[in-house]
Formats: sequence, C-alpha cells, structure tokens
Amino acid sequence: MSTVSLERNLVISTEKLQETANEIRKLALRAITKANSGHPGGSLSLTDILTVLYFNLLKHDPKNPNWEERDRVIISKGHASPGIYAALSLAGYFEPEEFVNTFRQVRSKFQGHIDRLKVPGVEVSTGSLGHGLSIANGVALGLRLESKKNKVYALLSDGELQEGQIWEAVMASAHYKLGNLTAIVDRNRIQLDGWTEETMALNPLADKFKAFGWEVKEIDGHNFSEIIDSIQSGSQRDLTDKPLLILANTIKGKGVSFMEDKVAWHGVAPKPEELEAALAELTTN
Amino acid sequence: MSEKKATRVAYGEALVELGSKNSDIVVLDADLSGSTNTKKFAQKFPERFFNMGIAEQNMVSTAAGLALTGKIPFASSFAMFATGRAWEQVRNSVAHNDLNVKIAATHAGITLGEDGASHQIIEDIAIMNVIPKMSVLVPADAVEAKAMTKALVEYQGPAYIRLGRPNVPIIFDENDFEYELGKARLVKEGQDITIIAYGVMLSKAIEAAEKLETEGVKAEVINVSTIKPLDESTILQSAKKTGSIVVAEEHNRVGGVNCLIASCISNNLNSFCPMEVVAIEDRFGQSGKVDDLLEEYGLTSENIVEKAKKCIKRKVS
Ligand SMILES: Cc1ncc(C[n+]2csc(CCOP(=O)(O)OP(=O)(O)O)c2C)c(N)n1
Ligand SMILES: [Mg+2]
Repeated sequence: MSTVSLERNLVISTEKLQETANEIRKLALRAITKANSGHPGGSLSLTDILTVLYFNLLKHDPKNPNWEERDRVIISKGHASPGIYAALSLAGYFEPEEFVNTFRQVRSKFQGHIDRLKVPGVEVSTGSLGHGLSIANGVALGLRLESKKNKVYALLSDGELQEGQIWEAVMASAHYKLGNLTAIVDRNRIQLDGWTEETMALNPLADKFKAFGWEVKEIDGHNFSEIIDSIQSGSQRDLTDKPLLILANTIKGKGVSFMEDKVAWHGVAPKPEELEAALAELTTN
Repeated sequence: MSEKKATRVAYGEALVELGSKNSDIVVLDADLSGSTNTKKFAQKFPERFFNMGIAEQNMVSTAAGLALTGKIPFASSFAMFATGRAWEQVRNSVAHNDLNVKIAATHAGITLGEDGASHQIIEDIAIMNVIPKMSVLVPADAVEAKAMTKALVEYQGPAYIRLGRPNVPIIFDENDFEYELGKARLVKEGQDITIIAYGVMLSKAIEAAEKLETEGVKAEVINVSTIKPLDESTILQSAKKTGSIVVAEEHNRVGGVNCLIASCISNNLNSFCPMEVVAIEDRFGQSGKVDDLLEEYGLTSENIVEKAKKCIKRKVS
C-alpha cells in the first residue's frame, strides 16, 4: 500500500483517497440523476483535486466554516456544484443525503451553481465563468495585507480560460506577485460545444501563463501523488513569490467509462439505468 | 450657491480622511486615479491602493475578493466603465455574493463634457437599480458627496455612488448636514408643486423654485439622493400636499428615477397627480461645454420652470 506523508502530519493512503474520490463521484451522480439536471463531466474531472484539497492538504474546519485561519478555495467553475457539494458533505460540512435529495429543487440550499450565502464551505458564489481568478486575487491581496499566511486556491476550468477577464486576472496575479495564490486548471480539454482546441484553441497554455509571469507545473490531475506534490510545492512559497499555476491534465467524466472524454456528458443527467452502471463501476474500482 | 466643487474631488478628499481612521478601507482604480481623485488616497496609503490597469471587469471582481477578507473596497473608474463594462461583475461577483463593495464611479452623465458620447453614461442609474441588493446614491454637491462616502464606509453591502466631473455649486452647509442612506431630503417647502431632483439637477431645481416664487408659485424641492432604496414616504407625503410633480434628472428618461416615482405615485395615491419629466430624451450625448450641453439636452432651470407650470395646469382643481 503506497502512502504519502503530508505537511499536516496526516498520512493518508492513496487507496483511501481513491475510495473517498469514488464516494464523491457516486454522490454527485446520484444527485444529478435525482434532479435530472446538472453537470457530471466537469464534476468528475475535478473530483481527485477536490479530494486532495478537502481530505488532505487544506487547512479548514467543517464544524467552523468561517474559521479565520482557514485556507481559501475559490471555485470559479461553479457548475461543478455536484462534485463540490459531494466533497463538502463527506468532509463534514453538511449531510450528504440532504444534498442528494434536494439538489436543484426550489428552496433548496443546493443551487445549480454554488452559492456562498446558502451552503457552508462555499467561499464564493460563481456560475458565470471567468470571475474566479479575479476574486481569488482579491482574497490573496486581502490576506496578505493582514500578513496572514493562509493559502488561496483558485480552481478554474479550461474552457473558461477563453474569457478575457481571466487574462486580466492572470496579468494582475503576476503584477502583484501573489505568492500565496495557487491556481489549478482542470484541463479536461472539453467545453460545452466540443473540444477546446476545436472550439477556441487554448494551447500552448503553460507557455501562455509563463509569458504572463507565472510559475507553471503540469501534472496528471488524477494522480494523487502528483496533485499532492504540486500543491505542497505551492505551499512552501513566500507571500511575494510568483503565483503558481498547476495545469492538471484530466479526463472529463473521469471514473465512468461511458462518460470519459465525451462532450455529451458536460451537462446531461444520467438515466436511472446509466446511474446504476456508473455506480457499479465506481464500486468495483 | 456661489462656491463650486466637483463631487469627485470631495470623494477623493473623503477617502483620505476616512482611510486614516479605518485601515480596512482599500481603493482600486483602473488607470484613472488622477481623474477619479483616488490618487490622493494612493499617495497617502500606497499599500492599500491597487491600480488594476485598464481592466474594469477584473477590478470589480478583485474588489469582491478583498471584501471576502473583511476589507471595505472602493472601486473607481469612469461610470461608463465601472457600471457598463463591468456590469456583469457588479451583478455576479459583488451583488449576488452580497459583498461590501462600493462602486464609486465618476464622470457620469452628459456633464462629463468634451469627451462626448462614448464616455457619457446616461444609463448607469437604470442598470445599477435593477440589481437586487444594490444601493444607488447620487450626491448633489461636494458636501453630500463627502457625507455619502462616510456613510458608505459604515453601511454593509453593495453600493453604487455616482459622482460627477464638473465643479457644481455647493448647496449644503457642511456644519449642518447629515446624510442618512435611504432618506430623501426636503430642501425647500412649498404647496403648489413638488420638484424632485438629484445630482447636478438639484441646484437647477432650487433655481427653478426661486424663479417660480417670483411668479407666486410655491414649489417644494426634494433631493432624492438615495435612489435605491427610494424614500417613498417622503415623496408620497409631498405629492399628497402639492398634487403635482416634476422630476428632473441627468439620465435617460427611459429607466430613470422618473419611472420609479411614477410607479410609486400610481401604486399609492388615489387622487390624480400629474407628473412631468425633465431628463435626457433617449438619445446619446455629445461633446461640448457643460452648460451648453445642459441647454442642448433640456436640463436647465428654465426647462424645470416650464414643466412645472405645465404640470400645475394639468391638476384638476
Ligand atoms: C460567462 C459564461 N458563459 C457561458 C456559460 C455557460 N457554460 C456553462 S459550463 C460551460 C462550458 C464550460 O467548459 P469548461 O470551462 O471547460 O468547464 P468543464 O469542462 O470543467 O466543465 C458553458 C459554456 C457560463 N456558465 N458562463
Ligand atoms: Mg473543460
């Protein structure tokens, strides 16, 4: 059994992380199926990164969501709400079944896109793509003004990098030398209409961020040791170092064979029998 | 009203004063700090000032992030760009998140002058008003601009304050002035007609009331400087008394405050209360000197007088 030792003296096996990630995927897919609406593809590609953050590296306290000393996770791809709610619920912010049963229903806390005023653990409401990095910059600036050492993580999707605002923010993070900021791009190569490179080419992404003054690490976004190592390298930085970009190569729909790399699974709910098949795959994995 | 000062200048001075008392105040600008007057704050508190370059959308969302850490951000640019270019960021990053960001934008309206239509926003009140949770403030003079800036530091929540470029008459006495967010102010009492104005049009309204007085017409003047939330009870009280209203605003008539007042009146009054509007008649601005533009667009005290007389005639007695 391979293990990774962590900054917070936690030793969590990759098997345990994988098990948690599968539970997150299952909850997310159950909720989407029940609501008959939601975004499976981008939830599943982001899951392993969420797992490492919320179950491993993040300084946070699910019983005290507004704890001053917590690290901040600013999730720009607010449509990945099923994956995010699933991770937060398993981390202990609220009951998993409450989310699964009410997701996307009227008067529910669990909105289609994450809402900070409704769900504990959600730092900022997003949904309109392209806002998150700017917001994360503001949080990083605000914490640094107080000489706080807390880390700020911005989770971005790849299609949203087509937004002009993202590049305004990319410029600003480097200009203000936000060493307390780590941006992670869920590079699943698919957006709503198709492959990113066919819709509006993004490559060479690493070069673009480097040219804008960022440090870039490219990883396999489904390899727990690589996720952990890259995030930890980001934690050992000075408050005025270059911002760090983790370009996480992922697979949209990861973990469910018939969803993987399929554009169609961006924003479509599984049918009950598809859910059964998906849950079975995620259980035997 | 002989002394003059721009509301943007008063805003810049107020920021410095407030910034020395409250270290949570931070200021963002988008390469216009010399024009918006945030430069004074930048020089005094460089570590709390962030020039974001010519990137208003990023500026507004960054302000939202700063507010998430408990800071009190004032984000400034020209009103055209702070509310227009960055509308969706104001709506989603700031207001939907219920964050304590103050959009403090200058050079609003046609009184921006010579730069012309591309910069003269006449739609800002409309597009800020329609955002839930947003407060909308427009000072009539430098004294009110300063008082409002102070009130905004104390107020928790998203807000838009519309500031102007030109020097405008000082109406209020600094030593005897208080601004309360959500309260309209009775500036002059009268029984024959109510003139409701805000921003640069308040001094025109006062002038108009003085002219009317010489003709024996007693006009009541109300400064509706908090546009949202609108002080409906002050408006209704006056409307019941005078039975007729002129609304004067430096904004497009479409989507202007006149629409809100008309709906307030028709929703609440049982008696007929005619209303006339002095506003920009749904057309873009243009280059020119401030006074020439006000005349060209029908925003003078004479225009108010004329509308007031017409409105009084429409009253059924
Ligand atoms: C500003 C904006 N434009 C359009 C949308 C609609 N939309 C939601 S998700 C999506 C595709 C996102 O693709 P990507 O950013 O790659 O996300 P992921 O693959 O991680 O799901 C689009 C176009 C939106 N939410 N926001
Ligand atoms: Mg994608």
